[in-house]
Amino acid sequence: MAHVLVVTSGKGGVGKTTSTAALGAALAHLGDKVVVIDFDVGLRNLDLVMGAERRVVFDLINVIHGVAKLPQALIRDKRLENLFLLPASQTRDKDALTEDGVAKIIAELRTKFDWVICDSPAGIERGATLAMRHTDSAIVVTNPEVSSVRDSDRIVGLLDSKTIKAERGERITKHVLITRYDSSRAARGEMLSIHDILEILSTPLLGIIPESQEVLRASNLGSPVTLSNAGSAPARAYFDAARRLKGEKIPITIPIENKGIFYKLFGRKAA
Amino acid sequence: MSLFSLFRRGTAPVARERLQVLLAHERIARGKADLLNVLREEILAVIARHVLFEPDKVRIKMDRGKSLSTLEVDIEIPSGLSGNVSAQ
Repeated sequence: MAHVLVVTSGKGGVGKTTSTAALGAALAHLGDKVVVIDFDVGLRNLDLVMGAERRVVFDLINVIHGVAKLPQALIRDKRLENLFLLPASQTRDKDALTEDGVAKIIAELRTKFDWVICDSPAGIERGATLAMRHTDSAIVVTNPEVSSVRDSDRIVGLLDSKTIKAERGERITKHVLITRYDSSRAARGEMLSIHDILEILSTPLLGIIPESQEVLRASNLGSPVTLSNAGSAPARAYFDAARRLKGEKIPITIPIENKGIFYKLFGRKAA
Repeated sequence: MSLFSLFRRGTAPVARERLQVLLAHERIARGKADLLNVLREEILAVIARHVLFEPDKVRIKMDRGKSLSTLEVDIEIPSGLSGNVSAQ
């Protein structure tokens, strides 16, 4: 039974695309058949983060317009044979997305995959509302920072009113994924704590991804961080989050990178 | 408490407090916007069963006061288009 999942946030630059790539690759590594869809028409980047930018021939808009069939537009990952990418168009704008077109594509992907992960564009306009429209559950990516938390609250409101499930009176499963978390700064009271964020958003937590150089390194290399360095702190956090998505009960921890005793002391205190 | 925080209190508590106040207001505002949309759709659906009108010529306004709130519905019905009342 396929599960449609949207990765969204409202605010830009908080890590939606990084998280989509990392979780998609982690779920595929754990054995599931996964497709990640880039909904950021005009500003696509999931292809770049996944290292597939030179293999894009057809895109989401081509499929919606009937120029290409869905299997022609799907790009199989070179590292994991059960991971696929459906890229966005780079030359069109968001108006090229149609409600019917998106509905048909999601319905077809549901029959072929275990996970359909929709990478939402920033904002609350057409691209973002269509990315969440057909979803079964949502991951709201949030940074420990006031503007990100405010935008997440807005997105939670939209998920509860603008999705098909919500319109039918059903509940959307929502989780917060906190990214770029620095436990030592939170411990010093310089950064909103996990507790603060969850209390304000009153939404359960999927995972905490620590701030790490590994994330930039992975995107430089064009590889999801869960594949480029599976032992790194952010990769372990993403793998734990992926297992929670699959229903496993794993206590939430903040993985710490091995950086010497000073960092560890602070880190432990925070966790 | 780390030694550090004895010297300088962090700014996170300020951030939390500002967010709590702001979001409390924004959530109420969102609820109002939704109520108006729901009222608009349901009122128009009822009227459309009996009278023909142009959806563009409809204004719905809500004013909330301390002791009294008003809901104002203004629908322009073109002459000659209001004929199907008896047909229903």
